[in-house]
Amino acid sequence: MAVFLQQIINGLSLGSIYALIALGYTMVYGIIQLINFAHGDILMVGAYIAFFGVVYLKLNIWLAFIISMIGSAILGVLIERVAYKPLRNAGRLAPLITAIGVSLFLENGGLMVLGTEIRSYPAGLITSAQLPLAIFGIKLTATTLQLLILAITIAMMIILQYIVHYTWAGKAMRAVSYDPDAARLMGINVDNTISVTFALGSAFAAVAGILLGLYYNTIHPLMGIMPGLKAFVAAVIGGIGLIPGAMVGGFALGIFETMVSGYWSSKLRDPIVFLLLILILLVKPSGLLGKNNTEKV
Amino acid sequence: MERIKKIALFTVALLLAAAIIAGCGQQKSGAEKQGASGGDTINIGVNYELSGDVATYGTNSKDAILLAFEEINQNGGVLGGKKFNPIVLDNGGKREEAMSAAAKLITENKVVALLGPATSGATMAAATMATKYKVPIISPSATNPDVTVDPQTKKVRDYVFRVCFIDPTQAIVGAEFATKDLGAKKAAIIYSNSDEYSKGLYKVFKEEFVKNGGQVVAEESFNSGDQDFRPALTRIKDAGADLIYVPAYYGDVGKIVNQARELGIKVPMLGADGWDSPKLAEYAGGAANLNNTYFTNHYAASDPNPRLQDFIKAFKAKYNREPDAFAALAYDTSYLLADAIKRAGSADPEAIRNALASTKNFDGITSKITIDENHNPVKDVAIIAMVDGKQTLKKKITH
Repeated sequence: MAVFLQQIINGLSLGSIYALIALGYTMVYGIIQLINFAHGDILMVGAYIAFFGVVYLKLNIWLAFIISMIGSAILGVLIERVAYKPLRNAGRLAPLITAIGVSLFLENGGLMVLGTEIRSYPAGLITSAQLPLAIFGIKLTATTLQLLILAITIAMMIILQYIVHYTWAGKAMRAVSYDPDAARLMGINVDNTISVTFALGSAFAAVAGILLGLYYNTIHPLMGIMPGLKAFVAAVIGGIGLIPGAMVGGFALGIFETMVSGYWSSKLRDPIVFLLLILILLVKPSGLLGKNNTEKV
Repeated sequence: MERIKKIALFTVALLLAAAIIAGCGQQKSGAEKQGASGGDTINIGVNYELSGDVATYGTNSKDAILLAFEEINQNGGVLGGKKFNPIVLDNGGKREEAMSAAAKLITENKVVALLGPATSGATMAAATMATKYKVPIISPSATNPDVTVDPQTKKVRDYVFRVCFIDPTQAIVGAEFATKDLGAKKAAIIYSNSDEYSKGLYKVFKEEFVKNGGQVVAEESFNSGDQDFRPALTRIKDAGADLIYVPAYYGDVGKIVNQARELGIKVPMLGADGWDSPKLAEYAGGAANLNNTYFTNHYAASDPNPRLQDFIKAFKAKYNREPDAFAALAYDTSYLLADAIKRAGSADPEAIRNALASTKNFDGITSKITIDENHNPVKDVAIIAMVDGKQTLKKKITH
């Protein structure tokens, strides 16, 4: 039982990070039906912005979080304007391929500029102490960092819910997602709304990137690939295009993955996760929270 | 459409720029010095990975070799005043380049012996040329057992030698240290399933540890580059292991140590020479996490042996950085070659080969070295203990 609960704690931390990344995928898909494969690499850029901020500009980690969010948001908007916007009326395949291209560009550009070296955030950036937890008398170990990751994720989700439901930008996003043409007729600036969506998603990715870097104590130009793909799976599990779906999918995948490697084998973790993706796409393509007729024609 | 064209052009321009910049990075170092053997110089081929993924291995080795030959030449050379002329070629870490560099060194530069490459794959490739032209080749650091012995015929490769111990040796010594010195009875092993080095060490360690009376209570595998080891470590913790063997490279090791300590696992951890990196403490989340960890290595920088300390000082003075195990082994290799030429009394490749094969108690900086019938050295394995982020020599075990 202790091992099971310990694995749940491990899974929750990983799931929080997946959920944060999945939000970006799902928001962009919700608004322009594009699977933005460069999303995982924006995460990497975010992690590096914070790294350079902390190491060279001696910034406080929280300030680095904010600067990295702003930097990544700008990058996200830039990518959208340069690579996706010109293809908006070109069908679905062209932007998808472009997204893969942007992803490869960021990965290889990253390798070229940053080198292949693995780096770590300076030790002691966030004091990660061990917390002796006890649930029903069972002793468990969690670190303050794990709790912090969970707390930041929940806070970000509340902020996102607020933005989407109670601000003009959020209302515009929902309107464009529902019907871009009608939204345009109502005087909504569709292009700007899409940019806002990319900015938000990228800022979330930056947070996820820094948390990943802190949690695993390493950052690398290719660090975004696997978490990006996993978060994509999480978004599909929850129902792509649905914000609550990304959250549920992220946590579910994090715990599922931890259980597979904890009770079975680490070798089988990735194959089983992607098998799950195939199964979901075959059985319930709209995801756990999706209705079966969400496709708008 | 006009805009798409513009963007396409822009992208193409960008890609071109990237290609040009990337191209500039891979300059071929080529031969640093040219010159024919005979007269009063002896040409030695230095065939190393000076660019590519493992460029640091090659660069450190090459620098140590150049330093060693410089010292030997200053002290009067060999065979009554003949000077060494090392000729350096870059193989970029590629097997085919290593092979063609070896061929070029032998046929064009008429070298009497080849030193390098650093890695096992490149060494095996270069060794085919050495065997073909009957010129001895010594790798300072190729640890794969197949380098000197053909795995199919079980016959020794006549012209191939090495100065480092082979992988199974460090696993055997590691298991001995775990049982005798750390008193471990229940070991857990976490190894990379995508890496031959790691898998090989895992198999031998497990065998030896059980032979010594221990029990392996958990075996976990991962793929090199994985990030999350917490599920596997949680299982190891639950299995009640009193030692964790981690035969992997420092990038993965750092993450494993960090996550294990976070999960409250305090038992000793033991590894192999893949741990040796100044980056280890950083990846492990601080020097404190590394306390109570040990690894088997080729030498210890803190070894008080005065010749080793002199080498470290000379290397630092010449190159302004700390030498590593590759450098120390390459330095030994150069002196071993000079010693063999002295004992042979001639710079003829065949005579050098025979002298190398009969090396006994050569006094190297990493250890005393005796070459056995498989052309592997019998030498000391250093056990390093990490104490507050510093490598300290715990003990030496001869094998």
